[in-house]
Amino acid sequence: MHEPFPSSAPPIVELHRVTRQFGNKTALDDLSLTVPRGGVFGLIGGNGAGKTTLIKHVLGMLKAQSGSVKVFGLDPVQNPVGTLGRIGYLSEDRDLPNWMRVCELMRYTQAFYPNWDEAYAEELREAFDLDGHARIKNLSRGQRARAGLLVALAHRPELLVLDEPSSGLDPVVRRDILGAIIRTIADEGRTVLFSSHLLDEVERVADRVAIIHQGRILLTAPMDEIKETHRRMTLRFGQPLDRPPSLVGTLSFEGQGAEWSYICSGESGQLRRAAEAIGATVVGDDSLTLDEIFVSRILS
Amino acid sequence: MQIHISPHDGVPIYQQVVNQVKYLVASGRLAAGEELPAIRVLAEQLLVNPNTVARAYRELEMAGIVEKRRTAGTYVSDQGSPLARRERVKILTGRIDAMLAEAQHMDVALEEVVKLVQQRHAAMQTTRNEE
Repeated sequence: MHEPFPSSAPPIVELHRVTRQFGNKTALDDLSLTVPRGGVFGLIGGNGAGKTTLIKHVLGMLKAQSGSVKVFGLDPVQNPVGTLGRIGYLSEDRDLPNWMRVCELMRYTQAFYPNWDEAYAEELREAFDLDGHARIKNLSRGQRARAGLLVALAHRPELLVLDEPSSGLDPVVRRDILGAIIRTIADEGRTVLFSSHLLDEVERVADRVAIIHQGRILLTAPMDEIKETHRRMTLRFGQPLDRPPSLVGTLSFEGQGAEWSYICSGESGQLRRAAEAIGATVVGDDSLTLDEIFVSRILS
Repeated sequence: MQIHISPHDGVPIYQQVVNQVKYLVASGRLAAGEELPAIRVLAEQLLVNPNTVARAYRELEMAGIVEKRRTAGTYVSDQGSPLARRERVKILTGRIDAMLAEAQHMDVALEEVVKLVQQRHAAMQTTRNEE
């Protein structure tokens, strides 16, 4: 098992102060982000938050209007050969050539990747139950996603980029995708960058998470750290209150009467001391799901 | 080894693995000397990050529940060890604390709680004897 984030290794992806506008809409707003080598990096955000635009910059499909993008230390727009050949990519709309058969798609994609592993591709085709002679346009949504995943994986890329891989898919296909993510990083040194709005999936597989909102990164940290530094503190006060007193690090609160529950950023011990300082009794101190943390971060 | 991950209750996933392995060991469903699945195998089975499983195994090792052997496998420790006994006491202490807190909220005196525990124990013994 490799170390999750060796600080000595140069980052796989580095965006520095990237701004991107479409007309007068700002999609990325002075955004900086570092994806370290190894592990799974989850990019989470609502619809229109900028996830896909960010990913397109990583792939060199969009050029930064200002700021810089480096992938494997290279500019992906100037060096498409040096970067794209080492990336496996599955887009949300899984834009595959409809007129091809599955076996033709495999041969066609192989031509672009010197590292294409024929035996592995065949193994994936069988595991995914894909008929080589089926035409892509006739595949079901799930089989289409599996075909897209196959061609993204079969050259064993150093960086696997998945844009909303699970969107609109049934649980069986989603399991295949999560399994592929896990197998990819279990091989030493490989990196997965994926965006998703299915936060329970992100919580399962990501080592590190970035929350993107309105083209900016609100928070980026290791998953363990995010989980440890967000708590739901339920407090009881001596008498009923119309509005609870403020507690340090509060992102949101709800409740009534003498009992109020706060979603806070901070560690348990520190929050308990703060609660006692405002004269409250702690009746609950719970961890939060990534979903709850995300919602309170976005709304606060 | 049956482990179920619930992403809906907020408990960190590594902690869920730790708690469930401890429970399986304490309840005898994982016996001393039994081998745990390899990190990668369990990660794929549970669909969680391999580093999460590795962290859970590290914590279990530190708690004396499992031990690494030369062949890199992870095995359930001999439960007679003082560390493992301490772990059992720790699990029970947590449950007892929660029960006492609840009893206090409901204004039930300690003597009554102790009596109830003894009653339940007697009831369980009777059922077991009938079986």
